[in-house]
Amino acid sequence: MNQELPLFEVFIRSKQGLEHKHCGSLHASDAQQALQMARDVYTRRMEGVSIWVIASNQITASQPEDKQEMFEPASDKIYRHPTFYEIPDEVGHM
Amino acid sequence: MYTQALDLPPSPVEGKPALKAVAAPLSGREQALQTAFDAKMDADAKIEPQDWMPEAYRKTLVRQISQHAHSEIIGMQPEGNWISRAPSLKRKAILLAKVQDEGGHGLYLYSAGETLGTSRDQMLDALHTGKAKYSSIFNYPTLTWADTGVIGWLVDGAAIMNQIPICRCSYGPYARAMIRICKEESFHQRQGFESLMQLMKGTAAQREMVQDAVNRWWWPSIAMFGPPDANSPNSEQSMRWGIKRISNDDLRQRFIDATVPQAKVLGVSLPDPDLKWNEERQAHDYGQIDWDDFWNVVNGNGPCNKERLATRVNAHENGAWVREAALAYAAKQKAHAMKVAA
Repeated sequence: MNQELPLFEVFIRSKQGLEHKHCGSLHASDAQQALQMARDVYTRRMEGVSIWVIASNQITASQPEDKQEMFEPASDKIYRHPTFYEIPDEVGHM
Repeated sequence: MYTQALDLPPSPVEGKPALKAVAAPLSGREQALQTAFDAKMDADAKIEPQDWMPEAYRKTLVRQISQHAHSEIIGMQPEGNWISRAPSLKRKAILLAKVQDEGGHGLYLYSAGETLGTSRDQMLDALHTGKAKYSSIFNYPTLTWADTGVIGWLVDGAAIMNQIPICRCSYGPYARAMIRICKEESFHQRQGFESLMQLMKGTAAQREMVQDAVNRWWWPSIAMFGPPDANSPNSEQSMRWGIKRISNDDLRQRFIDATVPQAKVLGVSLPDPDLKWNEERQAHDYGQIDWDDFWNVVNGNGPCNKERLATRVNAHENGAWVREAALAYAAKQKAHAMKVAA
């Protein structure tokens, strides 16, 4: 048997109060082992207080070529931004 | 952490000139993609794994990142050799942590390489069969304890010089791996220098041991930056692609200028009679590097090439049953969970 161990993506919460952030990937036989290996590979210097791992093939990603239809419509809706509205100076901070 | 920023092309078939990649004519769609890619390069923008990229860019990155990863894991061996003989528990713990870092750096880089569509097994297979190169600095032996200190000071020092510009590489995953690596690298150089300082405060024999190690590692260390710019045919393209930012000779010069005052603090001499400050250039002049020796080692004839590769292949083969057992266990657990759920 010469089978490559499955690939997992690793996400780390660097400190309490912050979100988990993607930091890389690694190979492991299952999620439990991936978690242990993530600890050794990505948190040797207290880089994290919590780890998530997920099999890479479980991630659904948008495609770069879909960028326009996915994200472009947002740019013509500038009324969604606070700077779209003019407020007299005397109102002060709003 | 070591790369010689040396992007070695595949070996030419003996007797025949190396085949040069000739770009096939591009279709209209490809032309548009290429134009968009060129514009990104001009704007110094980042490329991410799913973005379109020219095949040659992808190949160059796979080659460089995998060579870099191989260098990290092969680089565990010369110092690993001294873990069991470290002179104190403190030095042993430090050395263990450093060698573990090297392994970790290899893993970050393999994971960056895999985002380009190559597999871990393909990369390891290329290393194990001798098709892929790694930094030739690791093909020299670590003869005394002082070698571990000198590796930290000079070899890791040279690696840092090489690697900092790669933090700005145009390929996102490689740049991010390098940022992580560079953060850890400074410990490697400092622990080496400090360990040498300690030895220099010791007996005459200890000081001699440091000087001897410096004498052996100096030239290979400055050769790590790769061939002179004039003989570095791939450099220009890599610069254009934002994979390489600073030329081999410029990096080498910076390293030498930074290292000379450190040697003074340490109280050792550097084994180059031509090494002297050039007031006009505001930089150090240095002697001729023996490039024949360098290429001889790159091509497999260094003192430790065979040993390093054999150790690596043995570790991989002897670990096969562990990987198989872990997979079998995972499959069993999964089957069991499904049975309980049913």
